[in-house]
Amino acid sequence: MKEFSILIGGKAGDGIKQAGITAAKIFSHLGYHVFLYDDYPSLIRGGHNFCVIRASKDQVRCHENEVDLLLAMNKETIDKHVKSLKPKGVVLYDSSFEEAPDGIGVPFKEIVKELDGLSIMRNTAAIGALARLADIQWNVVEDVLQKSISKMIDLNLSISRKAYQAVKAPVFHVDDLKRPSFPVMTGNEAIALGCVYGGLELYIAYPMTPATSILHFLAGYQRELGLVTIHPENEISAATMALGAAYAGKRTAVGTSGGGFALMTEAVSFSGQAEIPLLFIECQRTGPSTGVPTYTGQADLMFVLHSGHGEFPRVVAAPGDANEALEWASLCLDVAWRCQIPAFLLSDKHLSESLFSVELPLDLPERFEPILWNGEGKYRRYLIAETGISPLAFPGTKECKVKATSYEHDEYGITVEDADAIAKMQEKRLRKKGQISKFFQDIDTIKIYGQDDSDICLVCWGSTKGACIEAAQKIGAKVVQPILLDPFPQKKFQEAIGGAKQIIGIEANATGQLSTLLKCHGIVLDKSVLRYDGRPFTPSTLSRSLEEVI
Amino acid sequence: MASLKELDTYAENTWCPGCGNFGILTALKRALTQAFDSGLQEKDVVLVSGIGCHAKIVDYVDVNSFYSLHGRVLPPATGIMLANPELTVIGHAGDGDAYGEGIAHLVFAAKRNIDVTLIVHNNRVYGLTTGQFTPTSPEGFKGRSTPAGSPEPPLNPLELMLASGATFVARGYSGKISHLKDLIIKAINHRGFSFIDVLQPCYTFFNTYSYYNELVYEIEEKESRPRDKKQAMELATRWNYQQDNSPIPIGIFFQEQRPTFQDELLKGKGGKKERVWDVDSFVLKMI
Repeated sequence: MKEFSILIGGKAGDGIKQAGITAAKIFSHLGYHVFLYDDYPSLIRGGHNFCVIRASKDQVRCHENEVDLLLAMNKETIDKHVKSLKPKGVVLYDSSFEEAPDGIGVPFKEIVKELDGLSIMRNTAAIGALARLADIQWNVVEDVLQKSISKMIDLNLSISRKAYQAVKAPVFHVDDLKRPSFPVMTGNEAIALGCVYGGLELYIAYPMTPATSILHFLAGYQRELGLVTIHPENEISAATMALGAAYAGKRTAVGTSGGGFALMTEAVSFSGQAEIPLLFIECQRTGPSTGVPTYTGQADLMFVLHSGHGEFPRVVAAPGDANEALEWASLCLDVAWRCQIPAFLLSDKHLSESLFSVELPLDLPERFEPILWNGEGKYRRYLIAETGISPLAFPGTKECKVKATSYEHDEYGITVEDADAIAKMQEKRLRKKGQISKFFQDIDTIKIYGQDDSDICLVCWGSTKGACIEAAQKIGAKVVQPILLDPFPQKKFQEAIGGAKQIIGIEANATGQLSTLLKCHGIVLDKSVLRYDGRPFTPSTLSRSLEEVI
Repeated sequence: MASLKELDTYAENTWCPGCGNFGILTALKRALTQAFDSGLQEKDVVLVSGIGCHAKIVDYVDVNSFYSLHGRVLPPATGIMLANPELTVIGHAGDGDAYGEGIAHLVFAAKRNIDVTLIVHNNRVYGLTTGQFTPTSPEGFKGRSTPAGSPEPPLNPLELMLASGATFVARGYSGKISHLKDLIIKAINHRGFSFIDVLQPCYTFFNTYSYYNELVYEIEEKESRPRDKKQAMELATRWNYQQDNSPIPIGIFFQEQRPTFQDELLKGKGGKKERVWDVDSFVLKMI
């Protein structure tokens, strides 16, 4: 089979996500590219959770609606998702359900009970049965479980093995591709590791879905990755604490979602004015306000582009998959320090919490060093330089006083209010735009996919690219994905669009925010396909919508 | 000995004549020069301020400084201290900053016991925004936003700090410069969160000189030491920031030692942190 999709569903607390990750890792072990979509409501117990795992011989960056195998940990999963089953698809369920549906029943619950396991271990049983149904060798399951389970591994293995044996015969045949595995990670893990590659020393965040797992990941590996993480009292504290740390020389990032970012905006403006480098990671979820906490959306683009009062240069970038997340988290941290500006990495729930195969070799970007004071003469923090970039020094340096300030200031950092000084300093800061453009001149800020000479061009940003690329294949279109959104690479974008006759914007928001941005740059889209129900696009839903508008 | 003048900048001082901030500025500069004489290095001092009349102090003292936002003195002070624990970080905040806009940060700074000194310029009125009541104005205070008198009783910041776990809780008076200078030195030398509420008249909007001159007394002269937290609380609540005739104690109310935030946070990391894994090999492990 070229590709294979599984939907695993159950109630919150059943360990659905963990089962999904384990299944994805089994396919990854066999050499497949995998993608996992995690769909869960905002609660801890009860409610319906499911995830879709898609494995393919080719690169995948999204899931599909139809699946080959429906793994039901409860009856509700069958009721809700049986319609997503492909014609030859199969339902695998826990045969301890009261009524036996059509499909293959394996007594997960009884197996766990018989071997004195914990009820959560039903999911280990399910993995065993699933693997046997897909004709996957037991040693592969054993290897993956060994790696992914830290507690009671022997018990888990016995349970899984028993369920594996309980399936009489395989229904599918999943080949071992006999090639090395790709690493798998969530978008947030990729963002975190990209930051570490970019020299991150301190990460400060207040928990907010879907950004929280960056904090969890970095906190969990802080020793190995050589950094410190802090969870302070609120987002205002997180962002201003980060500015203090950056002023004192530490590469720092903060991460949150739209609501938390709203609280951080005073620090955005402060970073712009005081020229303190800071990386803001904004993982969007369905808004407005509290919105729908665990579902996706791309409705904060305009908010982030315009966040903070006053005028100052910034960088806003939106990666669309794990490889881009690794690359751009590092680039954003570097450009923040190179140009002493606030930089923003814009993610969304669908990128942040989905699991991706990372393509190898890792093509991590070249690193850029900040411009440091050479120690000569009297240090002036805000020296009016030709480039707009005043060399950095940090408190604790001999013969040097570093005066950073939120007020308008002279070169030394003393408050000023006279007209000439205000205008000069404003111009100096804005001159850094030239240096930002220079930073990105040799970097692929716009990606192009699909059929290059097509009349139809799909324009998308962020995680939406995954579904767009595949929908474009179906209809023979091309895809243009800007990653850098501020400063917007207008010329490169126009070149990428080329002679396309019909340009269609694809966005997970209700007003077409990228379209609005493009309009500001004189580029008018012909049509838009918008989705704002918290769910991500899939290639099949998107191509159906496209057929209606083309 | 370093001279006070050497600590001046070229910035023009724009405090009103008679402002209590002058007393705090002088006490700070004296404390710093004395500390420099006993080994503190000038390069290692960072002043952090909020926004308001008090905050201009960072423009007037020629050391490293971080002129922050209203209410945001302690978060950046925490960040600076964590980024470089060798630094001596001294925060300056107004009563609007510390007890209004930024009160959550104040409670958490005390709870965490960050190794930072906070000097609150408490004039009990908003000066720079021209005369409104603050969290420590007496009940009935007629400010421009409360012409009929403040409907709220004042907050007692010392009580709040004792309850929040501050390990150094003191009150000073800008009219007693030598006493305040000594408090600042002790606060800097204290390992942990050092809090000094400084009573400071606002000559223009709330002139409390004669009130304080009459009622302020130094704890050391009348009270026994050391005090436990309960006794400190009793002493702190003798005057509740109302404009009554209770005597007003100044000095150190409470001091104790417990591990600081950076002791706990950086524990086992031994200052220099080295990456065990580089990113490439870490990614390749995620199979």
